[in-house]
Amino acid sequence: MYLQLAWRNIWRNKRRTAIILTAVVIGVWSMILLGSLMRGIAVGMIKNGISTLTGHLQIHHKGYHNDPAIENSISDPGVVENALRRVLPEGTLWSSRVRVNAVASNARHSSGVTLVGIDPASEAKVSFIGSAMSSGRYLDPHEKNGIIVGEALLEKFETKLGRKLVLMSQDTNREIASRAFRIVGTFKAEMEATERQYVFVNRTASQKMLKLKDGLSEIAILFPGKPDNPDAYNALRSALPSRQFEVHTWRELLPFQMAYLKILDGFMWIWYLVVFVAMGFGIINTTLMAVFERMREFGLLKALGMKPWWILREVLTESFLLLITGMAIGNFLGFVCIYALSGSGIDLSALAAGAEYAGMTRVIYPAIALRDILMSNMIVLFLGILVSAYPAVKAARFTPVEALAHT
Amino acid sequence: MTIVECIDVQKTYQQGRIEVQALKDINLSIEKGEFLAVAGPSGSGKTTLLNLVGGLDVSDAGSIIVDGNAFDQMSQSQLAKLRLHKVGFVFQAYNLIPVLSAAENVEFVMLLQGVPANERRERSQAILDDVGLEGKYDRRPSELSGGQQQRVAVARAIVSNPSIVLADEPTANLDSKTGTGLLDMMKKMNSEKNVTFIFSTHDKMVMDYARRLILLHDGRLEEDRVK
Repeated sequence: MYLQLAWRNIWRNKRRTAIILTAVVIGVWSMILLGSLMRGIAVGMIKNGISTLTGHLQIHHKGYHNDPAIENSISDPGVVENALRRVLPEGTLWSSRVRVNAVASNARHSSGVTLVGIDPASEAKVSFIGSAMSSGRYLDPHEKNGIIVGEALLEKFETKLGRKLVLMSQDTNREIASRAFRIVGTFKAEMEATERQYVFVNRTASQKMLKLKDGLSEIAILFPGKPDNPDAYNALRSALPSRQFEVHTWRELLPFQMAYLKILDGFMWIWYLVVFVAMGFGIINTTLMAVFERMREFGLLKALGMKPWWILREVLTESFLLLITGMAIGNFLGFVCIYALSGSGIDLSALAAGAEYAGMTRVIYPAIALRDILMSNMIVLFLGILVSAYPAVKAARFTPVEALAHT
Repeated sequence: MTIVECIDVQKTYQQGRIEVQALKDINLSIEKGEFLAVAGPSGSGKTTLLNLVGGLDVSDAGSIIVDGNAFDQMSQSQLAKLRLHKVGFVFQAYNLIPVLSAAENVEFVMLLQGVPANERRERSQAILDDVGLEGKYDRRPSELSGGQQQRVAVARAIVSNPSIVLADEPTANLDSKTGTGLLDMMKKMNSEKNVTFIFSTHDKMVMDYARRLILLHDGRLEEDRVK
């Protein structure tokens, strides 16, 4: 009967209850929806970062990460390939690349780019390029002169498929190496900056151009499951001589995204606090009003022999039921909105430049993390009960004589 | 058997800067099964006396013993327990819980006492029948007349077989016919179940019903007579 009594007491003043319930619903809904969008931004940034040539792990020649010059290339890729086959879990994919800074130019324009020499077959499974082609064709395995550029670069250079593009860089002899390639295809990436930055040629062609022989700049690895695999990372580090090679996780290779992840939690806590403070005043005010209106009733309950802590429990139960009801509706609305947005996402193309600057993808899809849902609900419930404690204690402290005399 | 004993009871209240002595040197004994009224003009100390006897308040001096329990040796928690099991209250303003039905209001005391649910329901319906409210178990207070609400209050007060029932101006908000009906019912409870009724009143009708009259004036016991 206590629960029944508490539930009925909530609905004594339907209007007041509806108002505070609306506040709780809006609070919880906004926490869940905005939390999922912020989490979605993070997930998008990381997914995009990983697929834009980073992978889950990368192997480099020692010193390459600090100085990505051609001198710091992996000269003996066979050692690495053997280690990869030996220690990595089944289903792991990898792609070996040449990656150097270069200048791309045609008759009209020139621009700094990153020349990426790839094995088309393995690269297609590891990074975004395999599914990003927007016109023309992908590179053939034995392609000598073909080049794939981003749509934005094509537009910038005022050129088109079939035309030539000259790439210039420094070779292993520290001489200028240049070569003309024919544009065979274009790709579209999440960010225009990616389209303007990267150009892809056959790895063999790039090695020949740069006089690298079998040398590689990096090997990018993609695990079949989650991006973090500490066992594989440690095994690889043990298997490869540390004087020759270095192994980096995506977390080390994407510092901006990592910084955003760290800030994200802080932002979410601040948002939760702001929402809760706004909601909390409403809850405490409503509960106080309800308690003072029922002063005589509390006096009666004490006169009948109800212990003070039972009265405290009764008032807290009323708050609990109110919060649970608001949370249920707020959660429902939040999930409905997330479901609605999960297909199309929120298109930020109109803010493309600003979004790119922040490293965000063009379209944001909400991402639910169980931790965020639990956190937002627990905060509302716990703090809601906490702020209700003051009115509850007040109710429990009424003396029967004072309370019954109250008009 | 003496059910209530007051020995040299004093009670003073602070009203702003003024100290008001509500009760002075009250000495009285009440036997089990009595049907008595404490009467007097407003401010005479009637309600204060009932509050002290019911354990709702604590005297400044003297002692009050109810059914063998000396209040001055009891904590607030013990007094609450005593009220729950040994004292029934009927108030002028009924003081029913508005969101509970008649039966649920009566059951509430038994709920606090830990009586099982099926027994609670059975006893509440039986007592509501006794006070003339058969078939109205599920009505909320807002669906009952003043007299009916007060009957529910009486049912609530006696359902747990208390040692005493304290009724503070129970007929004040009722018309004379309804008030008479209520008093007839309470007298019936008194004679059938031997429940001790102590009224606080300035209503002549109630005083006429009482078999013993205690008159208070300015906090002092002026007269104590059995009719």
